[in-house]
Amino acid sequence: MSIRHALLALLSEGPKYGLQLRQEFEARTGEVWPLNVGQVYTTLQRLERDSLVESDGAEDGPQTQKGFRITGDGEAELAAWLLTPPDLSSPPRDELVIKVLIAAQLPGVDARQVAQAHRRYLVQLMQEWTRLKEYAADRDLGFGLAVDAELFRLDAVVRWLDAADGRIKRASLERLDADRAPLPKLPRKAVVRP
Amino acid sequence: MTVLELREVSKVYGDGPAEVHALADVSMTVDDGELVAVMGPSGSGKSTLLTIAGTLEEPTRGQVLVGGAAVSGMSRNDRARLRRRSIGYVFQDFNLLAGLTAAENVSLPLELDGMPGKPARAAGLRALEELGLGERAASFPDELSGGERQRVAIARAVVGERRLLLADEPSGALDSANGEAVMRLIRAACHSGVGGVVVTHDAQLASWADRVVFLRDGRVVDQTAPIPGPESLLAPER
Repeated sequence: MSIRHALLALLSEGPKYGLQLRQEFEARTGEVWPLNVGQVYTTLQRLERDSLVESDGAEDGPQTQKGFRITGDGEAELAAWLLTPPDLSSPPRDELVIKVLIAAQLPGVDARQVAQAHRRYLVQLMQEWTRLKEYAADRDLGFGLAVDAELFRLDAVVRWLDAADGRIKRASLERLDADRAPLPKLPRKAVVRP
Repeated sequence: MTVLELREVSKVYGDGPAEVHALADVSMTVDDGELVAVMGPSGSGKSTLLTIAGTLEEPTRGQVLVGGAAVSGMSRNDRARLRRRSIGYVFQDFNLLAGLTAAENVSLPLELDGMPGKPARAAGLRALEELGLGERAASFPDELSGGERQRVAIARAVVGERRLLLADEPSGALDSANGEAVMRLIRAACHSGVGGVVVTHDAQLASWADRVVFLRDGRVVDQTAPIPGPESLLAPER
């Protein structure tokens, strides 16, 4: 999540104070991403250094009373950022994927049971998000979008677990068949009759 | 109160080497007002579980109780009456009768149960209105969108004094917005006191339930814990 660009987006609506930016950021993202006030001011200082925002108010006055506005460069940066896809080309190191991969290869470990433990946890989380959606998503577009994003993300992991479960089941059946198969016949020795 | 109880239900199809164990010792209960999702991949026994719970099929072993009454002890007629009166079904492909209007489709189970046409149609119309379909009551199924057809199917499943709502992949053919609408309606029906069972392979659908039961190879292998309040996911106070 780019706080830098989220703040630029809020400032593209008009000049704002730092504290106000933090409150609006949290409200717009459905309070799903909490932000501390220090992060807001550090980011604003960097934006100002890069000439993407300008501030007014006394340099030595309290920071909360400092107003910020977006510059022309800031507008251009924001427009370019919205259209630039994030880099998703390399798979992330996913702890859950690693656990299931290891379980599937360890003798004496029921990998399908491992997958189920994770599936249960994920579905429980999804139930909690769905309950939030049921109560609040219609009232707040930002919140609805953020909750949907989380539900689709968790859903994708559950679907991967389902696919993994099927794959592990097939692999173990094939191993079982291989174990049951008769030993390959050895070539008969040629008998040379006298 | 418990609306549905399965006691060690098993279902075997075929015999000898062709024997298939579709369900093995499945026990579960559904209370009134509760929505339970049964989640599993295809071939896990979900649809068999639903048809047995709906008394459309008999288990090979075990017992099914609807509203506390054992289905196995009932006569054919009693069982048919139980199905008409107490159990509502929602199928993936809606199963509406093409020659009947939306209102006639909804009032049909009441009329089959002996209710005179006029009050039956009035009850059907009320059920449609509750689902926001009042103005489509005179439309035929092929004049309705997929989402509307599914709402008619839900109205038909909850009309009258139904106590148990059974749904098989109820949003299967719908997009995610319509699927969500269907699950909201099923939850609303459960909040009004009906017990509900939804079988699905879809975690997003299952996550609308109060409890999710996981089915694998015909067995219940796990279920979710009760859900904490919605506030548990919100950002902690700073």
